[in-house]
Amino acid sequence: MKKRSRLFNTLANTVMMTWTLLIVLPFLLIFLSSITDETTLVVQGYSYFPQKLSLDSYKYILRSSNTIVKAYGVSIFVTGIGTAINLLLSTLMAYSLSVKDLPGKQVMSFFVFFTMLFNGGIVPSYLIWTYIFNIKDTVWAQLLPNLLMSAWNIMLMRTYFTTSIPDGIYEAAELDGASRLTIFLKVVLPLGKPIIVTMGTFAGLAYWNDWTNGLYFIVKRTDLYNIQNLLNQMVSNIQYLVKAESSYVSGAAVSIPSTAIQMTIAFIAILPIMLIFPMFQKYYAKGITLGGIKG
Amino acid sequence: MKINTQKLGRYLPLYLMFLPGALYLVINNYLPMSGLVVAFKDYTVREGLFGSPWNGLKNFEFLFRTPDAWVITRNTILYNLAFIVVNNLLGIIFAIFICDLANKRLKKVYQSAILFPYLMSTVIVGYIVFAFLSPSSGMINNGILKPLGFNEVNWYFEAGYWWVIIVFVNTWKGIGYGCLIYVSSINGIDPEHYEAADLDGASKWRQIRHITLPSVTPTIITLVLLAIGKVFYSDFGLFYQVPRDSGVLYSTTNVIDTYVYRGLMKQGNIGMSAAAGFYQSVCGFVLVLTANFIVSKINKENALF
Repeated sequence: MKKRSRLFNTLANTVMMTWTLLIVLPFLLIFLSSITDETTLVVQGYSYFPQKLSLDSYKYILRSSNTIVKAYGVSIFVTGIGTAINLLLSTLMAYSLSVKDLPGKQVMSFFVFFTMLFNGGIVPSYLIWTYIFNIKDTVWAQLLPNLLMSAWNIMLMRTYFTTSIPDGIYEAAELDGASRLTIFLKVVLPLGKPIIVTMGTFAGLAYWNDWTNGLYFIVKRTDLYNIQNLLNQMVSNIQYLVKAESSYVSGAAVSIPSTAIQMTIAFIAILPIMLIFPMFQKYYAKGITLGGIKG
Repeated sequence: MKINTQKLGRYLPLYLMFLPGALYLVINNYLPMSGLVVAFKDYTVREGLFGSPWNGLKNFEFLFRTPDAWVITRNTILYNLAFIVVNNLLGIIFAIFICDLANKRLKKVYQSAILFPYLMSTVIVGYIVFAFLSPSSGMINNGILKPLGFNEVNWYFEAGYWWVIIVFVNTWKGIGYGCLIYVSSINGIDPEHYEAADLDGASKWRQIRHITLPSVTPTIITLVLLAIGKVFYSDFGLFYQVPRDSGVLYSTTNVIDTYVYRGLMKQGNIGMSAAAGFYQSVCGFVLVLTANFIVSKINKENALF
């Protein structure tokens, strides 16, 4: 019996090890390509054993690349502000929906919930943001559409506030004469921290990874591109960076290691996720299990 | 009177807290819902969303007269079905494997690894795929096919391969999500069941079949039904970024979401695009309701409502 289960254990390990390699190796290839010499990359192709390494693309970015630095800045700014507003709106809304005897709560919950079932889709949404709110080619385009709040997160938060924070604490605070705002600040925020951090990671990641808002709404103001938009632009137009940079770099004939740079930008876009992954994983995984089978 | 003001004072702050979020939902969600009427209009920018003249079902007639309507519907639904089967099957297998390991450290490594690609944007995934499939310098042509003496493949021009590529990339990126849910579901099984089975000398396979699988069945049903509720939608990036928007591949990569995008942004064919979007919204809505109705019949707790 023991032997048989050891066999199973070996099988499990082999399969999972293979899959893990299947995940790690592609990321390694991106990293290696980012430190491969441009000519080698063109001649030899993407390789795990590049003939010549070079840090040119990194040097290039640090030295002269306004476009890339700016896009990185937009990503950081939008992710920071967007996540903060998202959490503010969501926690307030979720708290109001968690108060048991609130008149009209049913209707209010349905109002939020219905947005999960039905949506107008991209065409009306695009036309409304573009022609009624005029967000095209403004920083609002990166912040507002779709990402600022999610009904799903509100439902999960509300569930947490009602089930994981004991009723007694709310009642005691009310007996003490605490206002709703005080309760929100002194009870809900500190005690709801696990779910708030979890939802924050969801929101932050959504902002960091988003490229569709830029695709739809950033047309002329390419200085408002975030790092994902820049990468997307470089797919369709490999010369994009060369053109964009020529306004900054004097002497137009500067050769840009374009393939290596693509991989370098991709790598530095992954980097923040990689760095905070250990802390992140705990919360993100918790959020998935909460949300997958509804909280 | 006094009671009323008291009551108002009691609840007013809560309504005020609800308000900012509600306002956002009105703008971001409810306005576009009302904007669905554009599917029945002859839209012009000058007259706007609500001012453009009605044209009945013309947009839909045009849409369904093209072969595209069939292709995008077929692709969207078939891909989703393939994703549901592969993701749940592999998700369960991986979850069983992970839960079976005694080594806590390895367990953690595997769980981290399968989740990691899930956190990447599809743009990044597109770059990774390109590093492998690039016709001139990609790993597969350059590092595998050529040295082995096979003919190189021009991946971004051969539609036939993309069924497999898309399904594989989707699994690679997305498997972590379902797998983690299954892991937590398996972890919730009372270990006494396994101990008793061990005493009876039940084999691993029998334990899986008679203890693990029945215990995770409710989770499987829920995840599958919720996914079926979404078969009219797809991950735009997976079908747009990963095939690099290559026109030759549309027969196997065009789905409703990419079709709507191209109609709207590339061809300026707003009527047709809106009709496809409307079709997606309505079918999606009906399916979500149906799927949820079935979930609630099977297990009330797992239903969305």
